[in-house]
Amino acid sequence: MDLEFTIREYIARNLLFSEDGYSYSDDASLLNEGIIDSLGVMELVAFIELEYGISVKDSEITPENFDSVNNLANYIRGKLA
Amino acid sequence: MCGIAGIFNLTSQEPICVDHVRQMLASIRHRGPDQYGIYYDEKAAVGNARLSILDLYNGQQPISNEDDTVWVVSNGEIFNYVELREDLINRGHSFRTQSDTEVLVHLFEEYGTGFIEQLNGQFSFAIWDVERQLLFLARDRLGVRPLFYALISGRLVFASEIKALLSYPYARAALDPLALHEIFTFWAPLNAHTVFQNMNQVEPGHFLLCRNGQITDRPYWQLRFPAEAAQAQSTRPFLEVLEQFHDLLIDATRLRLRADVPVGAYLSGGLDSSTLSAIVKNHTSNHLNTFSISFNDPAFDESCYQQRMADFLGTEHHNIHVSNEIIGQIFPQVIWHTEIPILRTAPAPMFLLAQLVHQHQFKVVMTGEGADEFLAGYDIFKEDHLRRFWAEAPDSTKRSRLLEKLYPDIQASNQTSQAFFTAFFRRGLLEVDRPDYSHMLRWFTSRRSLRFFSKDLRQAVPDWEEQLEAQGEKCGIPFPADYMGWHPLHRAQYLEIMIFLSGYLLSSQGDRVAMAHSVEGRYPFLDHRVIQFCNQLPPNYKLRGLTEKYILRRLASNYIPPEIIKRSKRPYRAPIQDCFFPKSSKTPDYVDDMLSPGQLKAAELFNPIAVEHLVKKMKQGAKLSESDNMALVGILSSQIVYHSFIANFSIPQPLSEADDLKICSKARI
Repeated sequence: MDLEFTIREYIARNLLFSEDGYSYSDDASLLNEGIIDSLGVMELVAFIELEYGISVKDSEITPENFDSVNNLANYIRGKLA
Repeated sequence: MCGIAGIFNLTSQEPICVDHVRQMLASIRHRGPDQYGIYYDEKAAVGNARLSILDLYNGQQPISNEDDTVWVVSNGEIFNYVELREDLINRGHSFRTQSDTEVLVHLFEEYGTGFIEQLNGQFSFAIWDVERQLLFLARDRLGVRPLFYALISGRLVFASEIKALLSYPYARAALDPLALHEIFTFWAPLNAHTVFQNMNQVEPGHFLLCRNGQITDRPYWQLRFPAEAAQAQSTRPFLEVLEQFHDLLIDATRLRLRADVPVGAYLSGGLDSSTLSAIVKNHTSNHLNTFSISFNDPAFDESCYQQRMADFLGTEHHNIHVSNEIIGQIFPQVIWHTEIPILRTAPAPMFLLAQLVHQHQFKVVMTGEGADEFLAGYDIFKEDHLRRFWAEAPDSTKRSRLLEKLYPDIQASNQTSQAFFTAFFRRGLLEVDRPDYSHMLRWFTSRRSLRFFSKDLRQAVPDWEEQLEAQGEKCGIPFPADYMGWHPLHRAQYLEIMIFLSGYLLSSQGDRVAMAHSVEGRYPFLDHRVIQFCNQLPPNYKLRGLTEKYILRRLASNYIPPEIIKRSKRPYRAPIQDCFFPKSSKTPDYVDDMLSPGQLKAAELFNPIAVEHLVKKMKQGAKLSESDNMALVGILSSQIVYHSFIANFSIPQPLSEADDLKICSKARI
């Protein structure tokens, strides 16, 4: 399944709780959109570790890797490559 | 302390039915279970449910002046009534009682509405001037005591609680979409709003004058932080300022010990309540009883400090242990009293604490609210200070990392990464000239919960988020003309006090849960002289570096052990998720019911699918973030408000002959 789609679906159910009426682009900063708070990133970490069997290092939990759907998808692709 | 209720024919010519006032008073009998009284004539009816604290035997209300042309019903206390009474007697007034309430009618006669500025107290009252056909409704400066009103078919109906307005048979209840947006953003409704449409509160520090078919709403006191006064204070020796603060706080406490019943004290184990209890103990002959809350979870529990203080002061100490389960169980009762959605569970333990006080036959407790607001105790003031410092050199890693010192728990519990933590606090970093700079991150985070709103509710207030986001947009409360000239700490204090102190802390977590058990809280830090003094202090007498309440710490060293003084501020909070979705026991039935698709659809406030996802996440054992926890409490409490006050509200039986009810009417005079 499309990686971006899976990420969006996870965010919709577990962080936004519903996509109803809420649109954001794959480039949008999840922090600036208020989609996650400063703590929500750990939920994303747990999700991709479980879903993709990736081990995320603390030093990798940065906005560059996690703060948008695209950044996260690229990060996952890099790890899976 | 009491409850009041009344009806005034603003434009209506229909006779007033006194039974309606009996019903209204019956709905708030918890506020004043000792005695009742109503005055009525063709134009107005004013009633009172009394909790006897001063002049236990003769203080039954309503109280009138010498020739029965001015009548008053009052809720609360006028602490300087002794001095006011003396002045009035010298001016030829004669008194029938020893109660504080009686000074109101004579002051009104003597000075007109301007007398209100002479009052040192926590009050809301209604004065009915029969001759001038004028109704005067007033509320204390910070809104310690509540006062609500509604205009219904040419009548002004008023009461201490909204349930009394709803007990007026012609009242119609509906939730107000704007107020819901405000609560889910700012944690409280703004200005005169309540969560009910067409039902307002008399704002703190305001009065209403009602006559000739008109209502005039006027402020008589305004929160100010005059920059030039702080400047002047900073040239005085600190020790002199400290001594003045000390004298004022002792006097504010002394006045608040005036009662014909014993006075106890809440003891949280923190600086404020410990200092107050020590002052009570040292400056009065009062044999002091102290009351506190303990929790299972060490993250919330402060019982070792409470016991340490109680032992140190030699008080008779009482404690109530509050489990997560009990918070979950009593929550609907708590919401019955708050009458408004809340985003925290902290009022629930306060409800139980007041119950403990009541069980020990106390009616009055001293409590430390106000010190955190007026002496800069909260983390949000430090956060603002650090962000402004960082904004001066936004690329400085050293500066950005200072925020980690402020919130060490977040780092220690591995709940985020350093990079994300920094990115979060960088949001809007450079917008230092926004009037809401101090609170914008908090409000931005809270607003996440608006996403649970139903489409209809969101559409009822279009562009809410866009308006808040707009650069320089003010949040909807009145700002004084010189606001941006104040020190940033004072701007942050203003927002905190105007919105959170009056709109939540003193109401949902204060008056309403204490009065649920007929307990009156008294707040020496909210004496208006203390407030004025604190607001004129130079900011660094309050927040010094990252040391909060600096001047109070210095004062406290006269009274309490160093380990209490040195404790850093710990916000009073209570558990949330585990109260409603416990790991080891079943979710309370009402929670399942209130969050069910059927109930959600009936109330039309929240999106059932979004709530279902939230519930599923919790049932799978996920730990909710802080903002999701707030959303959970907000959704549940809104559902309970709808269920209790709109879908299932029933008007109580009116007060009967079995109640100690005094009826006065013009016909009988």
